[in-house]
Amino acid sequence: MSDDAIVRIEGVTKTFAGNVTVVDRVDLRVGRGEFFALLGPSGCGKTTLLRMIAGFELPTDGRIVIDGEDMSTTPPNQRPINMVFQSYAVFPHMTVAKNVAYGLKVEGVAEAEIGPRVEEVLNLVKLKGYGARLPNQLSGGQRQRVALARALVKRPKVLLLDEPLSALDAKLREAMQLELVRLQHAVGITFIIVTHDQKEALSMADRIAVMESGKIRQLDTPERLYEYPSNRFVADFIGKMNLFEGKVVTREGARLLVDVTGLGRISVPHEDDIAVSIGVAVRPEKISLYRARPADSAITLQGIVTNLAYLGESLQIFLETESGNQLIISQTNVSRSGSGAPRKGENLWCSWQAADTLLLQD
Amino acid sequence: MKRIIAPLDYSRRWSLRWVIVATTVFLYAPILILIAFSFSESRRLVKIEGFTLKWYEKAMNNDQLALAFANSLTIALINTIVATALGALAAVLLWRFRFPGKPVYEGATALPIIVPEICMGVALYVFFARVGWPSDWIWPFNLSAIAAAHIAFSFPFVAMIVRARLANFNRELEESAKDLGASEWQVLHDVVIPFMKPGLIAGALLAFTLSLDDFVITFFTSGPNTVTFPIKIYSMVRFSVTPEVNAASTMLIVITLVLTALALWMQNRDKPGAEA
Ligand SMILES: Nc1ncnc2c1ncn2[C@@H]1O[C@H](COP(=O)(O)OP(=O)(O)OP(=O)(O)O)[C@@H](O)[C@H]1O
Ligand SMILES: [Mg+2]
Repeated sequence: MSDDAIVRIEGVTKTFAGNVTVVDRVDLRVGRGEFFALLGPSGCGKTTLLRMIAGFELPTDGRIVIDGEDMSTTPPNQRPINMVFQSYAVFPHMTVAKNVAYGLKVEGVAEAEIGPRVEEVLNLVKLKGYGARLPNQLSGGQRQRVALARALVKRPKVLLLDEPLSALDAKLREAMQLELVRLQHAVGITFIIVTHDQKEALSMADRIAVMESGKIRQLDTPERLYEYPSNRFVADFIGKMNLFEGKVVTREGARLLVDVTGLGRISVPHEDDIAVSIGVAVRPEKISLYRARPADSAITLQGIVTNLAYLGESLQIFLETESGNQLIISQTNVSRSGSGAPRKGENLWCSWQAADTLLLQD
Repeated sequence: MKRIIAPLDYSRRWSLRWVIVATTVFLYAPILILIAFSFSESRRLVKIEGFTLKWYEKAMNNDQLALAFANSLTIALINTIVATALGALAAVLLWRFRFPGKPVYEGATALPIIVPEICMGVALYVFFARVGWPSDWIWPFNLSAIAAAHIAFSFPFVAMIVRARLANFNRELEESAKDLGASEWQVLHDVVIPFMKPGLIAGALLAFTLSLDDFVITFFTSGPNTVTFPIKIYSMVRFSVTPEVNAASTMLIVITLVLTALALWMQNRDKPGAEA
């Protein structure tokens, strides 16, 4: 993996004036051709980390190695990296074609080569025929494509994108998510994208680094992050989660015996070592609902439906158990008739498999 | 049926129409009268009689007036170039960098806008007399004192205008240029200056007109051989307001208007892609 990494971040720390540490000893490797996402709540230091990779901020400590070369202090105009800015930063006084050609012009690419390359990349981002337009004659989505084209035409080793979709409306955002993935496959360039939208990260990225207050809390594939979050923060940040408090009683081989408030004693498969006081969690869609007590030996609870939220493709059921725990359960909307759907005030049984239970430490 | 008129529905409000008429008359009546009299046959400014261009002919054949006019244009041109460059540099300096004493420098460059012109005039008069600035060089170098004085009072205006423009500059534009491989100078040339352009044009235009019609400061810094157009007109008027003066003034108005229109046209034409 080490030789495969196009970007290696080693112990990078950024402290701003006034001793605010915004990025705290971050280590990560981004593979060649990977679609990598930095995900985290607002202010966690994602942009700062990205700007250090681009060269607009210098790390206070640590190294940034790009394609095997230490570039921690290399100025941005000498890094084989390009960035798509949050405001797109398309040059307002240049036409689309001039915007796209700009990076090649300052690089000293021959005039004869610039034209075809600009054409090619405008085709790629579906802006064929827009070359003569000025940015103020474009929509927000088109301006973003210009910003993308302008960066891609340089054929960088890594493309950085800071919240590239946040200014677009929901429909266009979804379309652009697919579009970005398609583009990335087409050009084969490593993409590092910053986002605070977990759905965006999950749907696009090969791997995601989840950040909290300048630290990486977990780095994994979308599937692993969702199914096996390694701590409470990640579990809570990604998707919805039902959380109980628990205490580990003892280990039985590959399983742990846990006392859970409101649930009783359960046995959960868990190989790794874990603290004594833990969170016990289960995703809403892993829970099944029954009108009568289910017969099998899964984890079972009884409760009253306090609320229902209809989300179109799914129904969210809010259940309050006898011990006062609040549960969210998600049911896929499989049939139009909706017959047999839970009603408010109904007394129901719910259950899930011990294997779907997660044990989380802080 | 009573029609409801919105407050800003100005075409239906007589009071608003009157405001427009009154302000227009107030602003332009004197100028229109001046222009009308410049075509009048009569020497006396009582009644407009007939139509003639003889006053224009006379004004153009007045060598002293022609020299004064050439002086004014030369000074205005030099002033425009130097004041725009200086003002732009000061604006970029104040916008871009932090340096010790910046607030003091900022205040100092803005001061000439506030200081009464008469005080600056006297101060410059004393200064030039004290340093013994030579005024007997050959044309156009004998105009250097006036040009320097004009630059001193007009570049702060340019700096103010350009800085206001720069305040709206999106720093990501600069970063993205750098990200695409541009050097500091390329960023300045390709991104920052094009962005400043409307401010530069507006500033240059202001510097030009400020210089062209300046009387007070010029009065204190000009000598017998360096008379400018406003000073010359003033000295002619001191004897009597003649139609010749009217003709000369009309020409000045027309030249200013033409130059302003030209500058605005250039500003529009320079928008790239406008032809596409
Ligand atoms: N130049 C700076 N000087 C001081 N503090 C800064 C500077 N730039 C950023 N910060 C601080 O660093 C923290 C992280 O900023 P950053 O922009 O990296 O957050 P982010 O994760 O991108 O957030 P968002 O999702 O809101 O964009 C913020 O608290 C911010 O106030
Ligand atoms: Mg950010």
